[in-house]
Amino acid sequence: MIMKLQDIAIARSGDKGDRATLSVIARDPADYPLLERLLTAERVKAHYDGVVRGEVVRYTLPHLGAVHFVMHAALGGGVTRSLALDAHGKALSSAILDLDLIVDQELGPEPRTPQAQQAASKPASPPGATGKPVTPLGSSA
Amino acid sequence: MLCLGQPPVQYPAPDCSETLPRMKPFRIGAGAGYAGDRIDPAQALAERGNLDALVFECLAERTIALAQLRRAKEPGHGYDPLLQARMRAVLPACVRQGVRVISNMGAANPEAAGQAVLAVARELGLPRLRVAVVTGDDVLGWVRAHDVALMECPSATRASELGERLISANAYLGAEALLPALATGAEVVITGRVADPALFLAPLMHAFGWRADDWPQLGQGVLVGHLLECAAQVSGGYLADPGHLDVPDLHDVGFPLAEVQADGSAVITKLEGTGGRVDRLSCTAQLLYEIEDPARYLQPDVVADFSGVQLQELGANRVRAWGAGGQPRPAQLKATLGYRDGWIGEGQISYAGPGARERGALALEVLAHRMRLLGLGGAEQRAELIGVDALHGPGLGADRTPYEVRARLAVRCTSREQAERVGQEVEALYVNGPAAGGGVTQSVREVVAVASALVPRQAVQPRVQVLELVA
Repeated sequence: MIMKLQDIAIARSGDKGDRATLSVIARDPADYPLLERLLTAERVKAHYDGVVRGEVVRYTLPHLGAVHFVMHAALGGGVTRSLALDAHGKALSSAILDLDLIVDQELGPEPRTPQAQQAASKPASPPGATGKPVTPLGSSA
Repeated sequence: MLCLGQPPVQYPAPDCSETLPRMKPFRIGAGAGYAGDRIDPAQALAERGNLDALVFECLAERTIALAQLRRAKEPGHGYDPLLQARMRAVLPACVRQGVRVISNMGAANPEAAGQAVLAVARELGLPRLRVAVVTGDDVLGWVRAHDVALMECPSATRASELGERLISANAYLGAEALLPALATGAEVVITGRVADPALFLAPLMHAFGWRADDWPQLGQGVLVGHLLECAAQVSGGYLADPGHLDVPDLHDVGFPLAEVQADGSAVITKLEGTGGRVDRLSCTAQLLYEIEDPARYLQPDVVADFSGVQLQELGANRVRAWGAGGQPRPAQLKATLGYRDGWIGEGQISYAGPGARERGALALEVLAHRMRLLGLGGAEQRAELIGVDALHGPGLGADRTPYEVRARLAVRCTSREQAERVGQEVEALYVNGPAAGGGVTQSVREVVAVASALVPRQAVQPRVQVLELVA
């Protein structure tokens, strides 16, 4: 069973010079551990292959149910001089919501709807996923 | 009578230790999230928000550079073009109710903006008004004299390399620079470049007597400012996704206000009867918007720490926000430099129906040949199909076939004439290109780009001037 990230999260992107920020927020805080496990910096960088040319840095905010990314060299040299249609990268957030969640693998052995998952036990956090600070990132890190 | 052009009055920084702490919540609203934002929600806040202060944040990164170009053409201008319209909408209610108005709409010419506010007050028949104008953010002279090192600039490493292309340099002032203006009691405070959250932090410091080195307290004030600075982005704007996330009455989304306690904790809410939604999702999305390391949000007044922020839904459209921290302020100030960076020529043309995508692709091929003939083959350019790969390149979703596409070519050029040729070549596809292209648009724009630099605090000398309308 395949779901989209859009089914369990919202996302918003913004700009800082040539860097794009991207936050992904679980609609239901109970789904946060899944976001943290699924959305590694590496996977996000791979998803934006060809768009994001630099490293991707991840910050985790478990108490807010959010993972946050800073994507370097993502805005065509910078908002103010970019040739891009969406110079600010405002629409970048939508792309991550298209990510497939393969329920059997990502959510556990039982296919579950987001509603069913609220009641289910939470997946355990992977080692090292402790909280605020910066997780390693990008292929160069 | 209008008393304009009086000599600037220098006000000492208030001694906050003598300020009696205020106990009741301070109600502060956001009247704009960017320069072109809607005005009617700000008017609603002014009239029905029972506010203490209404803040308009209207300066994007390059706005000052563009305003500087306007000022160069017309010396009395260079401030926000919507300043008067906004003031007409909110001043009557704000003056009547004692709501202080604070804004960076002064842009490249805060003094002229202050005078324009007085002119609106006179036109409205207001009995009296004082406008405190804060200047000192302009560091162009300093930047030139010290040939500062540039950050985030692909074409130069030092200011001198930009030469005559350099248009403006403005440091981000902090709340510290606004406190003397608030201490004058002026009903309206107009500034140029100020860190966006500081427009909100300053009235909170003024009201509660927070010390300028109480870093966690300032961090909490920055949190309130950051949550409000993009206006509706925290109250249901920029959130709706039909079928996944519904936002009531989006056409009438209410601008936010915060009820701030003396300890800096705040409830984010909006007016009853307006559209939008204030909840954990809307507030978290804004909390992280354009933040890099959440534990180190660099501001002129403090390095704010949002990593421990808590958001709690208290009821319909009410979210409590607290838990921000802070570390000592950075030694230097960030400045934004605006500079001329060539021209961009662009053209677009649409294709529809069977084979639309293939005809659009052929149009781009034709244009690539034409650009070579024009000597623009080596120029930096983007050739793409809107509907296929214009937003996210060839990797994401580009395998889906749409009913219609819009071919787009944008080319970086060194002159206006060159840039004009780009759109002309796209237009020529009407007669010379693939079948059934329609709806050509073309544009030419001079690029005003921005770079960043760090300047020492002594490079800025904030000054307050009070302009007064007396009945």
